[in-house]
Amino acid sequence: MSVRVTMTLNGKEVSAEVEDRTLLVSMLREKLGMTGTHVGCDTSQCGACVVHVDGRSVKSCTVLAAQCDGASVTTIEGLAKGNTLHPMQEAFRDNHGLQCGFCTPGMVMSALDLVARNPDPSEHEIREWLEGNLCRCTGYHNIVKSIKAGAQAMRGGK
Amino acid sequence: MYSFNYRRVSSVDEAVAALGKAEDGKLMAGGMTLLPTMKQRLAQPSDLIDLSGVGALAGIKREGNRIVIGAMTRHADVADSAEVRSAIPALAHLAGRIGDPQVRNRGTIGGSIANADPAADYPAAVVGLGATVHTNQREIAGDDFFTGMFDTALEDGEIITAVSFPVPEKAAYVKFPNPASRYAVVGVMVARTGGGVRVAVTGAGPSVFRVPAMEAALAKSFSAAALDGITVAADDLNTDIHASAEYRAHLVGVMAARAVAAAG
Ligand SMILES: Cc1cc2nc3c(=O)[nH]c(=O)nc-3n(C[C@H](O)[C@H](O)[C@H](O)COP(=O)(O)OP(=O)(O)OC[C@H]3O[C@@H](n4cnc5c(N)ncnc54)[C@H](O)[C@@H]3O)c2cc1C
Ligand code: FES
Ligand code: FES
Repeated sequence: MSVRVTMTLNGKEVSAEVEDRTLLVSMLREKLGMTGTHVGCDTSQCGACVVHVDGRSVKSCTVLAAQCDGASVTTIEGLAKGNTLHPMQEAFRDNHGLQCGFCTPGMVMSALDLVARNPDPSEHEIREWLEGNLCRCTGYHNIVKSIKAGAQAMRGGK
Repeated sequence: MYSFNYRRVSSVDEAVAALGKAEDGKLMAGGMTLLPTMKQRLAQPSDLIDLSGVGALAGIKREGNRIVIGAMTRHADVADSAEVRSAIPALAHLAGRIGDPQVRNRGTIGGSIANADPAADYPAAVVGLGATVHTNQREIAGDDFFTGMFDTALEDGEIITAVSFPVPEKAAYVKFPNPASRYAVVGVMVARTGGGVRVAVTGAGPSVFRVPAMEAALAKSFSAAALDGITVAADDLNTDIHASAEYRAHLVGVMAARAVAAAG
């Protein structure tokens, strides 16, 4: 069966006809051309596919598109304002928080959920929070540094 | 994933009716276990009935000396709940250590206990705190709910609506997590309640179980030292790539002693 799914994606209303079994990540990438959200494992382990649904980070490979009918979805594409990167994105760039960049969209979206709950996370809290995000390149150290710096920038430098 | 029909319902009655009409319908809560299982083609329901629109199933409230948690309440909401943190901090602690933040943002208490994974955390709370499982048909004592590996007392078409936890005098949950998934290799909930001491173990066996010898010793003296020399037999415990039955038996003692110390 197919369903029409309508959602607010990065602030704009979008709609697509998908199969009942279509995953949110497939709708984003294949129907809507939003390829910033990646599929690393497709088994709910790696976090490359993390997006926000109604303000909370979720693994979009483990959510059906149909479950998001009427929801508000934010992806990595929704963060920058024109050519100005979001402070968290900027922090990843400044702190060499990425190498190949495959895990980065998920890392950034996960980090923003953390900062929304905890504006000044400690290194330990950041490391615990990243339980569901795997990176095969960086060894995490610079990712943790980036998130700390990004959180600080979002607090207005304090 | 095989194809299926998706349907979001807005009441328990509607869910019951939809299940009744479906050829092989399945309820979906957070989907954190069900969708991965379906992707592996280990399950092939004809219909998925999504409970996320049933507002009455989500939420946490205090009723007298009990904390009542709706079946659709997400792990993250239990972990963050001021009510749970003040009344049963061990339960908030447990919920906040399930999987990872994204799993906790979707996964629900109802889905977790209905699934009855031998390595899941919530079963230790349901049995260890002497909770009651409420369904659309009846109330089931926590001690009677888990009947085996991935098996519960739920009948076909029975829907968990809430779990109610009596507030213990003190309690703590300590687990030895699988370093990748955070599922419990062994997890132990220890609680001292008006009705005595409870020790419930998850992860170690096919299903959560209590340890009467530890409960008796702790009832006499609630201290980690009281557990010295008490062991569980490895015979019926799980062996897998993560740990042998003997290692799990050893961990039960270690986690139980740590839980008693943490409960204070
Ligand atoms: C990467 C990862 C790591 C995880 N780590 C842990 C961990 O460390 N500890 C842990 O305990 N769990 C862990 N889990 C499992 C997680 O907690 C799941 O959320 C949980 O087991 C299932 O809950 P759900 O709400 O997602 O249920 P679903 O997957 O939607 O459903 C599971 C089953 O329950 C049934 N069901 C759902 N709701 C009801 C209801 N109200 N009444 C009757 N039946 C119902 C469904 O039909 C289905 O059979 C992990 C999962 C993942 C993907
Ligand atoms: S692709 Fe979703 S968790 Fe890996
Ligand atoms: S930068 Fe390559 S996987 Fe993280």
